[in-house]
Order: sequence, then structure tokens, then C-alpha cells
Amino acid sequence: MKDSLYRRVLSFTNARLWQLVHVDVLLMAALMLLIGGGLFILYSASGQDVAMVERQSFRLAIGLLVCLVLAQLPPKYMRRASPALFVFIAILLIGVLVFGVGAKGAQRWLALPGGLRFQPSEIMKIVMPMMIAWYFADRQLPPNLKHVLTVLGLIVVPVLMIAKQPDLGTSLLVAVSGFFVLFLAGLRWRYILSAAAMAPIAGYTLWQFMHDYQRQRVLTFLNPESDPLGSGWNIIQSKTAIGSGGSYGKGWLEGTQAQLDFLPESHTDFIIAVLAEEFGLLGCSVLILAYLLVIARGLYIAANAEDNYARLLAGSLTLTFFVYMFVNIGMVSGILPVVGVPLPLVSYGGTSIITIMATFGILMSIQTHKRAR
Amino acid sequence: MSRRHQNFRNYRQEQQLTQRRVIAAAFFVFLLAVTLIGRLFYLQVVQHELYQTKADDNRVMLVTEPPPRGLIYDRNGVVLADNRPIHSLTVIPERVQDLSKLQQTLSNIIPITDGEWEDFYDALKDYRRPYQSITLKSQLTDEEWAQVSVDLYKLDGVQVEAQLTRYYPFGEAFAHAVGYVGRINAKDLETVDQLAYQGALFIGKTGVEGYYEKTLFGESGLNKVEVNARGRIMSELERQNPTPGKDLHLYLDARLQQYAYDLLGDYTGSVVAIDPSTGGILALVSKPGYDPNLFVRGISVNDYSALRESKKLPLFNRALRGGYPPASTIKPFMALAGLEYGFASWTETYFAKGYYQINPDGRRYRDWKRTGHGWIDLERSIIESVDTYYYQLANKMGITPIHNFLTRFGFGESNLLDLRGESSGLLPSNEWKKAKYKEPWYPGDSVNVGIGQGFMVATPVQIASATSVLASKGHYFYPRMAKTMGDQTAEFENGLGDRHDIILKDQRNWVRITDAMRKVVTDSKGTARRLRGTDYDIAGKTGTGQVFSLQDDQEYDAEALDKRLHDHALFIGFAPAKAPKITVFAIFENGGSSSKPADLTRQLFDAYLHDDYPARYDYLKGQDNER
Repeated sequence: MKDSLYRRVLSFTNARLWQLVHVDVLLMAALMLLIGGGLFILYSASGQDVAMVERQSFRLAIGLLVCLVLAQLPPKYMRRASPALFVFIAILLIGVLVFGVGAKGAQRWLALPGGLRFQPSEIMKIVMPMMIAWYFADRQLPPNLKHVLTVLGLIVVPVLMIAKQPDLGTSLLVAVSGFFVLFLAGLRWRYILSAAAMAPIAGYTLWQFMHDYQRQRVLTFLNPESDPLGSGWNIIQSKTAIGSGGSYGKGWLEGTQAQLDFLPESHTDFIIAVLAEEFGLLGCSVLILAYLLVIARGLYIAANAEDNYARLLAGSLTLTFFVYMFVNIGMVSGILPVVGVPLPLVSYGGTSIITIMATFGILMSIQTHKRAR
Repeated sequence: MSRRHQNFRNYRQEQQLTQRRVIAAAFFVFLLAVTLIGRLFYLQVVQHELYQTKADDNRVMLVTEPPPRGLIYDRNGVVLADNRPIHSLTVIPERVQDLSKLQQTLSNIIPITDGEWEDFYDALKDYRRPYQSITLKSQLTDEEWAQVSVDLYKLDGVQVEAQLTRYYPFGEAFAHAVGYVGRINAKDLETVDQLAYQGALFIGKTGVEGYYEKTLFGESGLNKVEVNARGRIMSELERQNPTPGKDLHLYLDARLQQYAYDLLGDYTGSVVAIDPSTGGILALVSKPGYDPNLFVRGISVNDYSALRESKKLPLFNRALRGGYPPASTIKPFMALAGLEYGFASWTETYFAKGYYQINPDGRRYRDWKRTGHGWIDLERSIIESVDTYYYQLANKMGITPIHNFLTRFGFGESNLLDLRGESSGLLPSNEWKKAKYKEPWYPGDSVNVGIGQGFMVATPVQIASATSVLASKGHYFYPRMAKTMGDQTAEFENGLGDRHDIILKDQRNWVRITDAMRKVVTDSKGTARRLRGTDYDIAGKTGTGQVFSLQDDQEYDAEALDKRLHDHALFIGFAPAKAPKITVFAIFENGGSSSKPADLTRQLFDAYLHDDYPARYDYLKGQDNER
């Protein structure tokens, strides 16, 4: 019985139909688990705002569409388009700095005709690893110092432009997506370790050049209670929400921190705190497990990809997805400073849903366009 | 992309390299995921209780609802302390974008003083829950209220709150008896339940308002509510309605009080009237008084210093704290003491010269009648207020029996049941003098005490109370203000009990002494004979209290003396003499002749016993005559 069930599942996932439409069933299943759970939390986090859940569902549907469309595109075309895309997006980033529109003092968007707005930095999260993977595709691995320095140059320029918008979270993720390619390409451990050893010195130098308000932010991160009503408020309240959730949580829609608005940005960046409060450690573990499923499948795809380009790209995209989740949960639970990074596929809104779903489209393409061996 | 180059590449090796790196990455992913779960475990399991408490503290707020304060009525149901609605301007600072801008906008609408802003900013610095309002200006006038209300919608965070405030309709004549409430200050908060008084504006400070604070305040409602982060109440978790303060019904007679106050005229002084059958205080006057309403509002510095610096001491409660020599009003008590201890008898006669000497060549203690009274007995010594009789009696007795006997009447101790701050006066004794002056008691000291002078000091309440005991023939009801609180009989804190009767060795002496006091009025030589002609009997005793001691050879010349040094004029009396319904003590400071307090007393008797007050007091008559 057991055997036949396992075989049936296996035959379902390997069915030719899925191969035909270029869907990776396991990845898709893990994504659906995550997305479904996310909508469920959002309903609570938004104060049972059905309209908000509908808008989010619509956005996810578009993301799914983008995912499926990209999955049809064979990796070799992506590879060919990579440098041109990189240059194009980099020019758009310059455009953002010159013509950009924005809110709250940040310029992140380009206005398109018809009232649409477009955030090039978001696309850079995908284009950056594409570019670096393209660069390494025809070069022998592991990279030599010259290649490493070239790649660092390719990473730093757009990252600085994004950081200038300013958008610390996105620039961080873009940089990370580039570094992951470098890492997967076999960057020598001694470089990595010496970079890690340099970090304290770099940190100290950075501190010297920081504005007072920036230093204050760092200090508040280190001791949120020092400014309980100001910037410390968010982190104190989110820790309170998480901690008060306990092992099993207070129940769906029963979290007082979330439902009584003590939790700031409860439906966007801090949505995990809502889950933590209402479903406790158990709920959080299930969510993190769902993420790990997605990531495991992504890494599997990367490891088994056909060529260096696909391997490096798939690996970097998957790891970047993990960084999203790690940075978000880390900041909400108070082990990382608060940078505006949403919880991928769960936080409400943002262009990030489309980008992330595009990522998974690329992964599916890499997995499903392999020549039969 | 040259073919040549590709030939040197080992694709297999490169694939293994990236795969190893993927595995390394997977390891890091796993490690970091475990870190996250570890962090969540720490917060949700290890520190769960701490954060549970924090979350509850966040959402649960205790809102106290101050109860309406009990009203204070006189015996006829006249409201002496009332509640009136007022409107206060309050601000929730969290809802205000720019305080200095608000300050400007508001000052264009209604006048707000710098002091009010200062108080506001002070309160802002103190600990408070976010989104709790702070009073900016209390007691808006109707006009101000209207003006603010019009613009309220534009003023974020500003609101008008309605509250009840105390109002004393009859002002100064009642200030010392009823007292007043004032704003709660930090010192007050040390003695009361801070939570209960959280939303309250006022606390009883003096008089009945102060003593019966607990009763009048009632119990604050306690509302446990769930609030959201903006302080808005989302739901009620638990509610305990406020219990309104109990009403107080006093023995005080508003008309008698006001009448007595007015009868003092321009004099400073005090009048205390007591119902001897209960100890209930019918009037407690200290003149001058002041407007207690000033204190409710928070008295201005100018008003306060004017009251403080006035030479007439309007803030000084003479009835409770004024220390006066009882003078000749002590004589009936001295006579009873002499009888009790066998130093005097009704039959013995005494030749009263114009003076008394302890030793043949000693100091001459003079009688008020320089020619002397001739042969007199005990009764006559009271009727004619013969000083020399009491000089010799006191000298014979010595201070200890005097002290012991007068103590039984409440001299030398405060025994007013329900007002605070009563002075104990001074009933001197051997021990007292030794402790105070390190000197023995001299016979001359006794001689002076014999006529209520010298060291002896008593308060108006004490003298009135002692007189009531006399009037009721030893039934000693401690003086008291309140009859009932709510439905209950008033309760007192000082543990004195209710009454403490005095039994004499010969109880007939009560009647004989009051008879003698009746003759003070009826006898042709009685010192209060001007009070003759009432259709009820008055028993009384006059007194003239020396503000300073005359030397042997000095003449008392009222005209020549500064008014400040004029004798105090005192009178004690009760009526009807056989079954007294009212006892009055009156003192006119520097009033000279005792005719003034005697006349006042008679007018009060007339009014009280016949319920016949001048028509101008009809507004104090009350509707509810049952009380």
C-alpha cells in the first residue's frame, strides 16, 4: 500500500504533462503551501480586511503568471539576454536617480504612462545574478583574482545606485545575490575568511563616517529599550507579540498585540510576529519549514542544473530568497537591525512578490528544460 | 568563447565545485534556520511569561471613574456643599502634531494663562499612559466653552470634558464649619488610594469636607478595558460602577449659622451653638470667614496672600483653634468643683471685699467690683460673678482638684468628634508647669485660674461643649458636626465613643448650679439681667477675658487702650434653662463689655427656639424640615 502510494505520487510529479508546461511540481507545491499560509495570516494581520486579502491574491496570481511564463523560456535565452538586461536596468537605475518619483524621501520608482510605477531596483535582484552567472559561464572556475575584482565592480556600481535612492534593504539583497554567484563559483575560502576578518575594521571605519542619526539607529538596534516610544517601539512590540504567543499561540485572530494595533506594520514587514503571536512557536516552525522546503528544492535544482550558468543562477536566486526570509524574521525577532525587508510571499504588497515569483519561474525553467540524458 | 579555451576546462570538476558550494550553502541555510528557531524558542518558550505580562500590560488599562461627591446638608435640608457641572479643556498630547502651534491657535480662541500652560507642560513630564488626556484649563466659562466648541473639530487632540465640581452657595459664614475641597496635590496622594483618585479633581481639605472625605468621596468605578495602541477603548473586560459618595446631614442650622455670623458685626470672634441633648453643633462660626469657592478653583497667589496677610486672620479657625481665657464663664464649673471636693457649700457665706490676698501683706487680687459685694453665698457668687469668692476657693482647693474636675468637662483636650485641627487649649497642672517652666505651682497661679485667667486657655468649642454638659446635667455628648452619612448614623474615627456622662457626688448640684445661672439673667443684680423678659428661661454666665494682666494699681481704661488690647467679651448660655435645647458660647474679640455676646446669644435663642428668624434668612430655611 505504502509503496504504491509513494509510487503514485512520484509518477504524478514526474508526469509528462508537468514537463510539458514546464512546472516543477515539488517546488510549486511548496510555494502553494507558503502562499496559502501567508494569505491566511494576512487575513488576521490586516484586521480581517477581505479586500486586502483579495488584492494580495490578485498580486500573487500575477506573480504566478509571470512564473509560468518565465518557466517556458529556456535558460539559454536568458543567458544570452543577461548582459543586455543588466545594462538596461543599470541605465534605468540612473534614470531613477534623475527622474524618479517616490514617497517618504526615497526615489525608487519610474513613472510609466497610465499611472503605473516601476521599480528597477527590484528587477536588479534577478538581473544581478544573471549578469554574474553569465560572466562566469565562459570562464574557468574557480575564478582568479582578476575575475573576482571585475565581478565585485559589477556588483558595487548598481548597489551603490540603489543605496543612494535610498533603499538599504534592496541594495543589500542585490549585493547578496551577486556575492552568492561569486560564492557558488568557488570564491576561495581564504578570501571569504579574510573578508570576514576585515569586517570589524570596516565596521569601525563605517561608524566614523556615519551621521549621528544613523549611529542612533544602530544604538537603538543594540538596545531598543533606550528609545521605547521612538524607533525602539517597533522592535519592543514585535518581541512582545512573539514572546506572548508562547508554544501554541493565542489562536487565530486572537492575538492582542496584532489585533489591537500595538504591532506596527503588522501586515507588511512585521507579519511574522502576527503568526508568532497567534500560532506560537509551532506555527513559526511550520512556516520556516515551508520556506526550507522551497529552498531545498531550489538548491536541488541548482545542484543538478545542466551548466555553470544555470547552476550559479539557480543557486544564487534560491539563497537570496533565503536571505529575504532570514533577514526579515531576524529583524522582527530582534537579532538583526530593522531594515525594510518583507517576508517573501507572505508580507502584503510590494513589487517583491512579482520578482520572487519570477525567480521561481527561472528555477522551473532550469529544471524542466534539461535535455534528457 | 573560443573553442581552444574550452578544451582546457574540466567541466566535471567545475560542476563538482559548484555542487560542493551548494551543499556548503545548504549547511549554512540549515544553521541559520536553526538559529531563527532557537531565537523564537527563546522568546516564545523561555521568556514567554515576561512577554505575556508585557502584552497584558499593553492591552489592559484600568480606567477609574470618579464618583459624584456626596452633598452636605444642614439640619433642614439646605445644601451647604453642592456639585455643579463644569467643562474643562483637555489635551491628548499624542494626537497633537505641533504643541507650540496649538498653543497659538488656542490662545486666539480663549485666554489661557502662562501658568496654565506651565502646569500643562509639568503634567506632560510626569509619568502617564500614552493617550491619556491632560487638563489644560479647568472650569471654562459658558462663553469660553461655546467658543472652543465651535473650533473643536479643527483642533486635533483637544477636547472638552464635563466634570462635577464643588460649589458652596453660602460662602464665607460657612467656610470654617463646612470646609472646602481643593485640587489634589502630591501630598494628598500619599494618604489616599492613588488609583481611586486617578480621575478625581478634588479632595476635601478642611472642615467637614476634610474629615468626611472618605464618606463624601464614595468609591471610584473601576473599569478594566482593553485598549488599542492608540489608547482607544476596544472592549470592556470588567466593570465596577462607581459608588457615589454618601450625603452628609449635619446638625448645623444654616440660618442660625448665618445669623450668628452676621450678629458678630464688625468684630472678629466666634460663636458655637450646640444641642445639649445630642452634642450636635448647631452653629460653628469663626469670623471673619472667606469664600471657600476660591479654593475649589485653585486659589490665585494674590487672593491667597491677601487672606494670609489679613490682620483679622480669616483663615484661622477661631472656633476650633482660638485659645481664649474662659474668664468668668469658668465660675459655674469652679463652683461645682468646690462642691464636689467639699471646698464649698451652698450654705456657707463669704465676705467679698474689693480684693483678695493670699497673705495679709501679699499681692491684692482685685474684684471687678472695686467696692466688693459684701456677704455673699455660692449662688450669689455666680449671679454677681464675684471674683474674690473664686480667688479664695481656688486657693483653698489648689490646682490638682481643679485640673481633675475640669478635665471631666473636656477642658485641656480636644474632643470634637468630627473636625480635625481642634486645639486642646490649656488646662494647667502642677506637672505641666514643672515641665514647661521648671517652676513649682504657686498659690497665685491657682488664684488666677479661679477666674478663668492666668495659664488657662480654652477654645470656643470646648467652652460650648462644657456648657452643654452643664445644661444637660452631666450628660456629656461629645460635640459633633454630622448626624448621618447616607442612611447611617455618622461614624467617628477618634475612638472617644459617643458620650461620657459626669456623675457628681450630689447630683442635685446640677440643678442648683443651673438655677444660679438662670438667676444671672433674672436677678436684679445678675450680670446678664439685660436678657430678662423672654418667655423662656435663659441660664447664662458672662465673662470678660483679659488680653493682658492689669497691674495692681492700674486702672482699666477702655478708651485709652488700643482696641487690640481691649478685653474679650464672652458669654455662655443655654435655654430653656430647665430642658435646654440649645447652648451658645459667644466671644467678641476685644469686645469690651459682655453685653455684646449676651445680646447675640439671646437673639439666637429667640430665633432658634421660636423658629423666628429675620425674613432675610428665609433663603436658608430649607424645604425638607424632617431632617
